[in-house]
Amino acid sequence: MVRSTPLRDDRTCADEMTSLKVSVAGIRMSNPTMLASGMMGETGGSLAMVAEHGAGAVVTKSIGSAPRDGYRNPTIYECDSYFVNAMGLPGPGIEEFGQEMREAIKGKAPVIGSVFASSPKEFADLATMMVEYGASGVELNLSCPHAKGYGMEMGIDPEMVSKIVKEVKDAVSVPVLSKLTPNTHRLVEVAKAVEAAGGDGLVAINTIKAMAISVEFRRPVLSNKYGGLSGPAVKPVGLRCVYDLYENVSIPIIGVGGVTDWRDALEYMMAGAVAVQVGSAIATRGLGVFEEIARGIETYLEETECHDVMDLVGVAHDR
Amino acid sequence: MTGNIVVRIKEVVSEGKGMTTLRFDLDRSARPGQFVMAWIPGVDEVPMSLSYVGKTKGITVRQIGEATKALSEVHVGDQIGVRGPYGRGFSRPNGRYLVVGGGTGIACVLPAVDMSMDRTVVDVALGARTADEVIFEERARRSSENVLVSTDDGSYGNKGTVVALVEEMLGKRSYSQVLACGPEKMLFHLMESCKRFGVESQMSLERFMKCGSGLCGSCVIDGRRVCADGPVFFGREIDEMVDFNRSKRDEAGRLIRL
Repeated sequence: MVRSTPLRDDRTCADEMTSLKVSVAGIRMSNPTMLASGMMGETGGSLAMVAEHGAGAVVTKSIGSAPRDGYRNPTIYECDSYFVNAMGLPGPGIEEFGQEMREAIKGKAPVIGSVFASSPKEFADLATMMVEYGASGVELNLSCPHAKGYGMEMGIDPEMVSKIVKEVKDAVSVPVLSKLTPNTHRLVEVAKAVEAAGGDGLVAINTIKAMAISVEFRRPVLSNKYGGLSGPAVKPVGLRCVYDLYENVSIPIIGVGGVTDWRDALEYMMAGAVAVQVGSAIATRGLGVFEEIARGIETYLEETECHDVMDLVGVAHDR
Repeated sequence: MTGNIVVRIKEVVSEGKGMTTLRFDLDRSARPGQFVMAWIPGVDEVPMSLSYVGKTKGITVRQIGEATKALSEVHVGDQIGVRGPYGRGFSRPNGRYLVVGGGTGIACVLPAVDMSMDRTVVDVALGARTADEVIFEERARRSSENVLVSTDDGSYGNKGTVVALVEEMLGKRSYSQVLACGPEKMLFHLMESCKRFGVESQMSLERFMKCGSGLCGSCVIDGRRVCADGPVFFGREIDEMVDFNRSKRDEAGRLIRL
């Protein structure tokens, strides 16, 4: 299909400078890199710190209605090319998160409030609070693969997803992004449900449901047994999902899954993503990863005489 | 290389009251002040400073909770899981430096004593509540010709706090830097002394930690991750931290006043 949605906004063709600016469903970013939810997003100070390091936008840790301690350690398994994690959605709860948001929005980048809930009404209430706290957008966690009663358990059902998105859209006026799970054959159906319900954008993918087993101890390593796979190993899956979504829906897509350098970011953009989120690479590359990716894309644009990164979005589909 | 691995305990050393060192081979390079995540299957996985950073590494455990109790009961030949080493450790200062350890923090700073190639370049101040909690004194003396000890109750060495002892040492000799690990209250007062004497410092901080590898953000202090940006911070960095000696975060990330 031909995508008709205008993805660019206020720039003119006369703009000769290389531009890394992107607008995601109306959220304006200085470059296409974003902090993915779940990493360093639990405190205002750490969100501001990531913005300081060059992220175009930051997404908070998914926040629920009440405080949660999360699972007991081990909550993460680390290997050369991947992580498996089951943090268990720890967080201070929406009420206490207000003081973190006050710090976060002082940072250099737009803050997107991620929320998780077990009903459409609860999603809408949390989103409303996030907007009151100054969030530039909200991201609905419809995809956490390891928290009972939340995330993916709702996010694989197009009807439920439709209800959630509708209720949140009725409640807030900022862009509403839906983070999807790859752990379903109904990915495109779910995405179409988001679009039909008025959702402003898609974020794909959350982690892939996974497990790690210790041969020595003959047991799963994570205390929750199941976790979510992230890091370079998931990139090909994420790319395939973004490519499929771009073929089937018209709302903007944000690519996430194993983005470690500028090449990964451009792969996602060529598959159809207007921006990328970075998570696991923070552990392997450090906070400089946002700046590195942005500079890498800029160099690529200059070398290929392409002035606007938005011109690359979805180009792989024409071939 | 920092990923999950299982190691076999080679040696178990009782270090004094309620404290145990576990030694194991782990062929990964480590700096003084770095830590590993130690996994006791079925119990927990907890951050432990390395008390030995060579090929045969070591962690020194004080029995305070379920995980440290389980680690204290490990025998030679048993296996534990480890990840790491993680974090920013101590860097070796130019010129004469002073290493300060308080309580269990002694285990964390001893490798920073050993990293000196010359016994005249590093001085050491060790502090504990009472005599049988003073650990690694002999080991410190092998690497330094000037090791002083204090106990709160005066049962061994100087009576009083280790910070009072350090104040005396700073008055007698000039040091390029002070390297320290211990309870945050001790580090706070030590920081005040360092500022008064105009000495730069490196201090190892502690916060509730989950992933240990710089991802989750549970252990942040003023936006900086103790596990990845620390645990060792420079005094000038700590001086700007609002949370230092004032607040920490619980498992859910809620701010708690100290």
